[in-house]
Amino acid sequence: MEQQVIVAHDLKKIYQMGDVQVQALAGVSFSVRQGEILAIMGPSGSGKSTLMNILGCLDRPTSGEYILDGEQVAKLNDDQLASIRNRKVGFVFQSFNLLPRSTALANVELPLRYAGVGKERLERAQASLTAVGLIDRMYHKPTELSGGQQQRVAIARALINNPAILMADEPTGNLDSKSGKEIMELIINLNKERGTTIILVTHDPSIAQHARRVIRLRDGLIVEDV
Amino acid sequence: MNLAQAALEAVESLTSNKLRSGLTILGIVIGVAAVIAMLAVGTGAQNAITGSISGIGSNLLFVFQGNFTETVRNVQPLTLADAYALKDEFLAPSVAAVAPVLQKSLTITYSGEQTTAQVNGVTPDYKSVRNYTLTEGDFITDENMLGQSSVVVIGPEVADALFNRREGLVGETIRIEGQPFRIIGVLASKGGSSFGSQDNVVMAPYTTTAQRLIRRSLDRVDTIYVQAVSPEDVSSASDQVAQILRSRHRTNLGADDFTIFSQEDFVSTANTITGVLTIFLGGIAAISLLVGGIGIMNIMLVSVTERTREIGLRKAIGARKRDIMIQFLTESSLLSLFGGLVGIGLGWLIAFGVGQIAAASNTPFTPSVGIDAILLATLFSTAVGLFFGIYPANRAASLEPVEALRSE
Repeated sequence: MEQQVIVAHDLKKIYQMGDVQVQALAGVSFSVRQGEILAIMGPSGSGKSTLMNILGCLDRPTSGEYILDGEQVAKLNDDQLASIRNRKVGFVFQSFNLLPRSTALANVELPLRYAGVGKERLERAQASLTAVGLIDRMYHKPTELSGGQQQRVAIARALINNPAILMADEPTGNLDSKSGKEIMELIINLNKERGTTIILVTHDPSIAQHARRVIRLRDGLIVEDV
Repeated sequence: MNLAQAALEAVESLTSNKLRSGLTILGIVIGVAAVIAMLAVGTGAQNAITGSISGIGSNLLFVFQGNFTETVRNVQPLTLADAYALKDEFLAPSVAAVAPVLQKSLTITYSGEQTTAQVNGVTPDYKSVRNYTLTEGDFITDENMLGQSSVVVIGPEVADALFNRREGLVGETIRIEGQPFRIIGVLASKGGSSFGSQDNVVMAPYTTTAQRLIRRSLDRVDTIYVQAVSPEDVSSASDQVAQILRSRHRTNLGADDFTIFSQEDFVSTANTITGVLTIFLGGIAAISLLVGGIGIMNIMLVSVTERTREIGLRKAIGARKRDIMIQFLTESSLLSLFGGLVGIGLGWLIAFGVGQIAAASNTPFTPSVGIDAILLATLFSTAVGLFFGIYPANRAASLEPVEALRSE
């Protein structure tokens, strides 16, 4: 039997907006197997971002259970969550979020610095850059790279700790269609070669079609899971 | 993340905006420079004053007429007889030498040249009591005293003013208030002091001076210098002198009509004054350091706001609260540490400049930058950076990753 990477049970998130309580997630339950590609879709206000934040351990649910790669994370404190993010989650953002003054190599090895990895840092960062095909640009700064290349650096950074899941939030949103396609191919290949579990958060159906499974959200609830 | 890496990253971040970092540390630079310069000038002033006081002589007591702290009626003047009475080796065994002096500023002329100098009517003991040495000739002798000779020993400044040279002056005749005096000796230079120049002086026999230059009623003297036999005996000599003068003046206890100062009294008084001055100046300088610290805090807060997104990203990939805290604290401490180092250099330059100006205006005064001042300034400026960095760093560390990532 394949291992369950994500087990979410009755996740609820309630925000306090002044006097009004806003229910962003109204009880979401699902599970994700190792090596799956999952797309989370939904219009804005559907709770899509909230779910992504909770799955990526950036935020805690108000109630419910969330088990990521065998660890209960719903009740952890800030520093424990930071450690989980560091070891088990790789993020790819729409706007790349690279450190502008650091080289590609320095950007990629940043998670290892926070993990306290010393000697093998350089080696692993180079290996990760090789995996995304940018080893010859490792001393370039983000401003000297194209959008597609920057996103590749971001993917290399997300992969460096061999995370259990790769969270990609509109990974092609800031790219032209050609680079967007290349990035998606890269992500799909990573899934094939390494078996990395991938969660795509998007409202673009052409991105979602790469996923074998799509979860649609509306008003904080799952309306479709195919 | 260890400290060396944090420091390296902080340096990268600070050098990426050199103008801003430079302007930020300017406050610290000025503050530290001011503290260093003020302390250096204060210490220099203290050394100069202490040096000039000890240059007057050694183991000295100064006896003045009148009571400086209380009002006493029927003050009797100090007389020559008082001075001789102090030389009693049974009543005052701790006294080594006694030198009564008459002093007045008088005009001295030599073939058209004119100068004003302090004329001292002295006894032969004065030379050893005041530590004077001669470059040529002899000091005033007992024969000069007895014969009321018209002879003088002149200081080097007087020699410069009248003759433009300091050698070959023995045998020349100068006029003091129009009366001729033959030069029998020239004093070696002792340098200036806080009591006026010790070189712009003329020494004449006490008897001659009292008769012809400085007339005082009833054998009055201006000051009696008393030299104790050793540094340990200064206070007992002071007691013995007081005892003798009290019985001679028949004063009630606790109402002395004379005042005895020791060199130590002068030194400690001077130290108190310069100490207060140094603290006062240093305090003002420290305020500018404080202002510099607030400048750092201000810039760090701006920096945190600017880099909210970066902080969010760092948190998303696994930075803990203390990682962010360390990052920003390292930046602010490095800023102020660097400012402190530059400030020490600048402060030293200022102190050096003050020393040069003092030297150019013939004031023997060397500001000294002590290692303690340097350590203090370094520690203090780094502490200022740490302290004023805590609030911005804490603000950065407490950002919610979700919120921080969302910011533009």
